[in-house]
This record gives sequence, structure tokens and C-alpha cells, in this order.
Amino acid sequence: MAEASLVRSPARRRPARSLVTPIRIATLLGLWLLWEGAAASGLLYEGVVPSSFKIAAALGELVTSGMFYYNLELTLYEIAVSVIIGGTLGLAIGLALGANRFVGKAFESYIQYLAPTPKIVFLPILMVLFGVGAGSKIGMGTLSCFFPMTLSVASGVRLVDPVLLRVGRSFNLSLGQTIRKIYLPALVPPIATGLRLGLGVAIIGTLLGEIKMSNRGLGFLIMQYYAQFRTPEMYAVLIVMFVLAAGANAAVARFLRRRGVI
Amino acid sequence: MAVAANAASTTRRAVLQSAGPTLFGVATLLLLGLIWEWAVDIGWVSPFVAPAPSAIVQSFPGLIEDEGLFEALLRTFLETFCAAGLAMCLGVPIGWWLHRSSWAGPAYETWVASCAAAPLVLLYPLFLVIFGRSSATIVAMSTLTGLTPVVLKTKEGLDGTRRVLIDVGRSYGLGQGTLFWKIMLPAAVPTIANGVRLGLIFALISVVGVEFLINFGGMGELIDDLAQRWEIPKMYGAIFFVILTSVAFFYITEKLEKWLRPV
Repeated sequence: MAEASLVRSPARRRPARSLVTPIRIATLLGLWLLWEGAAASGLLYEGVVPSSFKIAAALGELVTSGMFYYNLELTLYEIAVSVIIGGTLGLAIGLALGANRFVGKAFESYIQYLAPTPKIVFLPILMVLFGVGAGSKIGMGTLSCFFPMTLSVASGVRLVDPVLLRVGRSFNLSLGQTIRKIYLPALVPPIATGLRLGLGVAIIGTLLGEIKMSNRGLGFLIMQYYAQFRTPEMYAVLIVMFVLAAGANAAVARFLRRRGVI
Repeated sequence: MAVAANAASTTRRAVLQSAGPTLFGVATLLLLGLIWEWAVDIGWVSPFVAPAPSAIVQSFPGLIEDEGLFEALLRTFLETFCAAGLAMCLGVPIGWWLHRSSWAGPAYETWVASCAAAPLVLLYPLFLVIFGRSSATIVAMSTLTGLTPVVLKTKEGLDGTRRVLIDVGRSYGLGQGTLFWKIMLPAAVPTIANGVRLGLIFALISVVGVEFLINFGGMGELIDDLAQRWEIPKMYGAIFFVILTSVAFFYITEKLEKWLRPV
């Protein structure tokens, strides 16, 4: 009997499934009570853990202020431009690496090993190149988006049915026609996956760039509140940033799933 | 004799064919380096924006002697191993609990998976407020970042233990503890090792990133300091070492994981 508890059988899992929602609600409630307890106890520095009601009030104020939308607009602009540039570059280089075995063998390992390096260390170079304005943040987002897009497209190209390529060759398709008529339609799923992953990391890269040094954007807003020790407001912007990053990823995934792309 | 010569020529061709792309890749990088050097030399690229590769290489002794490159690297490694160690100590029992419990797994696994995909690094101002500008912030944040792959992979590994192995253990009358230590854990080790490897890489990325953001600690702080002092060749040199370190880290952990994984 004791041994049986080591390996869960489907029969044992079924009754537990019905408990999932109540357990989750209880956990969230417990965490909220813990937070409120910590806020009321005075054990931590005053203001470090503000009451959730204060954070909710700050969030309400934030989303009704014009200044928030001005900064949000700039952040969204930086993210959009970086995804366009990083995505396009990633697509072009991914196609080259995947379509040509020699080129792939020569350069793909560099991209694979560079992909997990912490991109934030390139921020000083980007600031030297593009200044402390939107340019360096777009650069950060571009760099972050480039790697997942390239690797996803390169591996996708290798999965393109060789029969299609042979048919294309028999019709004397040029390189541009082969890319447009064969590769791109066959590559919709890997491009979508690369774009989804790239968007997620581009959001993080852009926001981190703003947090480190900027005079506009949501990241700047956070650091401004941090410097003024306005913690409820800081938590409110953090919540918005988190929702933006996680929500964008979930929305793109849902859109692609509905379209049957992934 | 002719057969031997043929075999040698075939082998030589095969070696050349496999080494060709690698050599081409290295040669292209060298050529790009030379073009960069030349562009700086003739004034097309400002050395204050992108110093020549030779200037970056020349900055290495200063980076080591004056800026304490190795001390910074050591500190980054210590923080990384501390965070990854904590992630492992917490992650393996949590993964085991999620596997073992009939309610915790279904209730929390998707939450842990969402955390793995969530931009946790954006929460660093929150940690800064709680722990202050110290190594505690760096280690706490990186532990959190490295924790999720360890938890998920531990659960995956334990879930995937072959039923037949457990049945054999039972037929020998093994107790619950013995069954876990002698059968389930060894069977799950390759998958757990993959999680620990991912945790280590995530922790390294997080450590360097947070060090840079809060200007405290090892390599991240060194890069930020050099950028603020406008020591551009040294800054490029430090970034080069971070890339080298993370590539070496990635490569070594990949090899270690392959070594642990049964064929």
C-alpha cells in the first residue's frame, strides 16, 4: 500500500483534479493574507511591502493618468520596431543558415552558443552606438528577438520537404521565387514560433534597457518611483509590465493556435 | 597498396569536408576582424565607438591587473553556483513533491511552467527594495530564475520512470524509500541533470544581468563601471570575457549532461 503511493495511478489522479481550482483559490488567498500580514506587521521596512489596497489604488491612478499612456506608447513603439528589425534579420539569416548546409555548418554553432549569453551586457555598446534614447532600447529588443527567430527559422528550413524544392528546381524557379513560393509558405509555423519567442524576449530586453538608463518609457517610470521610494506606484508599474510581457506572449500564442499555425 | 592509398585519400577528403565549413567560419570571423581593424585605422569607425580589435586585445593585461577581471569572474561564478545550488536544493524536493502529491502536481505544475516563461528579471526593483543593493538580491533573483527548470525537469524525470523498473523493485520487496533511492532517482538523474544544467545557465544569465543592472558584484558591475568611466576598449574586453565565459559554461554543461545521459 505504501509502495503504491510512490507511483500515481490515473484512478488516484481523477479525484484530485476536481480539487485543483479550490486549491489554487486557497493558495492565492493564503499568499494574499501573507502579504497583508507582512504589510501590517511592521517587521519589514515601512513601505517595502505596502498593503495590496494601496497598490490597487496606485494602479487605478496610474491607468487613468495621461503620463502613463505617454510612456506606454513609447515602450510599445520601441518593442514593435525591435520585433520588426530583429524578426526580419532573423528570418533572412535563418533562411541562409538553413537552406545552405555549408553556411549552416560554418556559422550556426556561433549563433547557438551566443543565444544564451546575457544580452544586457551589450547595452553599453548599444548606448555608445545609438545614444541613451529609444535607439539603444530598440537595439536591445532587436538583439534579443534576433536569436530565437534565426534558430527557429534555420531548423524549420531543414524540415521543408525536399520534394517541394526538387519540383521548384524542375520549374526553374529563381532563388527569390523559391523563397517566396516554397520556403515562406512552408515556414509559417517556425516563423510564428520564432516571432512568439522573439516578442517575449524583445519586451524584456527593451524594458531592461529602459530600466537601466532612459528618460522615457515604462522602465524609466519604475526607476523614477524606486528613486522616490514610492513603492505602491512602483509595484503598480511592475504589475503592468508583467501583464504586458506575459499577456503579449499568451495573446500571440492564442492567435496562432486559433489560426492553426501552432 | 593502391587500396590503402585510396582509403587514405577518402579519409583525407572526409576530414576536409567536415572541417571545411568550420575553417570557413573561422576565416570569415578573422576577415571581419581585419576589416574592423582597417576601418578604425583609416578613420571610418571612431575608436571611441568601436575600438580596433588590436586595442581590445591590448586592454586585456590592464583588465586583469588593474580592473580585477579574475576576481570579478570568480565573484560571478560564486554567485551563480550559490544561486544554482539553492535552486537545486529547493527545486529537486519541490519537483519530487509535485510528482508524489496527488493534488499539488495538478494544482501547481502549470503555475511553475508559467513562471519559467515569465519575465522574472523585470521584478528586480522589487528584490532591490526587499534585499537592498547586495549579493542577496542577485542570488535571490537568480535562484528564482534557476528554480523553475529544476522543478519541472525533476517532476518530468520522476514521472517518466519506467513502470517495469518499479514493478521489478516491488517484486524484490523494496520499501518505499529504497524504491525511490535505488530505482526512481537513478532513472530520473539524466532528466534532472538537464534541469540543473538549464538552471545553471539561467542563473548565470540572471547573475550577470542583475549585477549589471544594480551595479554590484562581478562581471556585470565591471562592465557597467568601465562604461561609466568611458574605458571603451576595456569595456569591449570585459564583454568579450562574459561571452567567452557563458559560451564555455554552455559547452561544458552540455558535455557533462551528455556524459550523464545513457546511450
